[in-house]
Amino acid sequence: MKPTLLETTDLCVNYGRVEAIHKVSIRIREGEIVTVIGPNGAGKTTLLSALMGLLPARGDVKYQGSATRGTTAVDALVGRGLVLVPEKRELFGTMSVADNLLLGAFARHRRGARDHAKTMAEVFEIFPRLAQRKEQQAGTLSGGERQMLAMGRALMAKPTLLMLDEPSLGLAPLIVKEIFRIVVQLKSMGVSVLLVEQNARAALQVADYGYVLENGGVAVENDAKILINDPRVIESYLGLGGSHSIAA
Amino acid sequence: MDSSVALVLAQDGITNGAIYALLSLALVLVFAVTRVIFIPQGEFVAYGALSMAAINAGFLPPTMWLVVTLGIAVAIVDSVAALREEAAARLPMIIFKNAVLPILALVVVRYLPLKSLAYPLQVAIALAFVVPLGPQIYRLAFQPVAEATVLLLLIVSVAVHFVLVGLGLYFFGAEGGRTPAFTDGGITLGATYIQFQTLWIVGIAAALIAGLALFFERSIYGKALRATAINRTGARLMGISADLAGKLCFTLAALVGAFSGILIAPITTIYYDTGFLIGLKGFVGAIIGGLASYPLAAAGAILVGLLESYSSFYASAYKEVIVFTLIIPVLLWQSLTKHHVEDEDEH
Repeated sequence: MKPTLLETTDLCVNYGRVEAIHKVSIRIREGEIVTVIGPNGAGKTTLLSALMGLLPARGDVKYQGSATRGTTAVDALVGRGLVLVPEKRELFGTMSVADNLLLGAFARHRRGARDHAKTMAEVFEIFPRLAQRKEQQAGTLSGGERQMLAMGRALMAKPTLLMLDEPSLGLAPLIVKEIFRIVVQLKSMGVSVLLVEQNARAALQVADYGYVLENGGVAVENDAKILINDPRVIESYLGLGGSHSIAA
Repeated sequence: MDSSVALVLAQDGITNGAIYALLSLALVLVFAVTRVIFIPQGEFVAYGALSMAAINAGFLPPTMWLVVTLGIAVAIVDSVAALREEAAARLPMIIFKNAVLPILALVVVRYLPLKSLAYPLQVAIALAFVVPLGPQIYRLAFQPVAEATVLLLLIVSVAVHFVLVGLGLYFFGAEGGRTPAFTDGGITLGATYIQFQTLWIVGIAAALIAGLALFFERSIYGKALRATAINRTGARLMGISADLAGKLCFTLAALVGAFSGILIAPITTIYYDTGFLIGLKGFVGAIIGGLASYPLAAAGAILVGLLESYSSFYASAYKEVIVFTLIIPVLLWQSLTKHHVEDEDEH
């Protein structure tokens, strides 16, 4: 079995007195795509924010075998290859595509890396569309291109574990397909992926393992192949596919 | 007024305007990156000018003990933070950079024949004992409350201003300081006589502005500062820490302020509290740029310089009133044309 890359034990996050996630334990192994699916408000984004050190959390988070620290350590985590592509993309709207990408390499630059041109060429190979838009301002890109830029910018950090928050949100079906194809491609390049999605079917199709998050806790977890055929999951998250029919 | 007077006034206005432009750029930068309205900007002008005057007269830079004291304070605060994060390996570097280095610099300067040093070296020493105050002040006064509201940051800013003015009186005394011109004399151009110092001021200010523009356009650190101003969360996720960005732009602001002081010290007498008014005029320029646009801020600052110069001719008793009244129509115009941006609330 492949070694564990990231592991949480009984992770809890509070917003004031409200507990957003409660005792969540997940594990991501090296080279795997792990997905966290679940309805709106289940705590998926909160989980990612806590892993990234953006939110204070209780419980243990171990990344590459050592515990991660409180909210000050975001840049340290990025330096260690843990990179988040947030749901809102958070691009630098009035800067060019190339500059956005370059800043993705900032954490590596601070640690002495100077091979940004080579890294950027690799990113352009994965996202040829970004190469065409190189000089364009990020704010003028289409929704799909923005997601590609957000992912490309994250790849400039040469992540070990890439965390994607709702990469398919608001995108046309064809683009969604393209994004998921790239997620699989990243896995073949040795990048582990933690994929948070509402598009459960697509996510389970590409993932190795899945967690269903409900009301801030893990409701079901299993191999993605098994989850996709699990009646409970089908009923709640995969809509009308499978054995269900409209005439209930 | 005949044309020769008008030209003299214009020359005066542009000279002061160039200084205000530098300060307005620093103010826009600090606000865009850290949301701090940097009231103490002017104190760096006074500190720069008066340190230069002191060194020029052969005295040790008066702020050196402040730099050492704050350096030790920063070393303690950073060490505690590092220990809390269980990163003890960083301690030697923290202590060396913040506490040992200023003490070493102090020892070196102690044995230099300051009075007989070349002018540029004196400038370098003056800067070396004023500019570090920028990042030190950020670390001690602003970094702990970096996530607070703009209003709270403004209040801290006002407090820092009063502390620095008080310390300025203690270090430099109540008498003003003045330094010799970089180059004596001047040239006659048509109907006007232009002092070389005027050319130095405008030239160096323009060069500094161009340098800053290059820094923001070309270097990855400059781009990182712009990125932080555009999207704080996005920058943080790329490993651009707010602490680093804050320290960097406070360093630039201190450098720009102190350098401005050194530039104008030969043409005006600077007192320990003169900086505030100068900084405030830079602030008017920055407001004209909406605290966001660099070119507009610089243009606004030049306008402030010209307005001040001409109003000192026509109604010298009211020149400050006229300059600061300018802010009212500008604010009215901005509140009418721009939608109000609330203090950003993230998460």
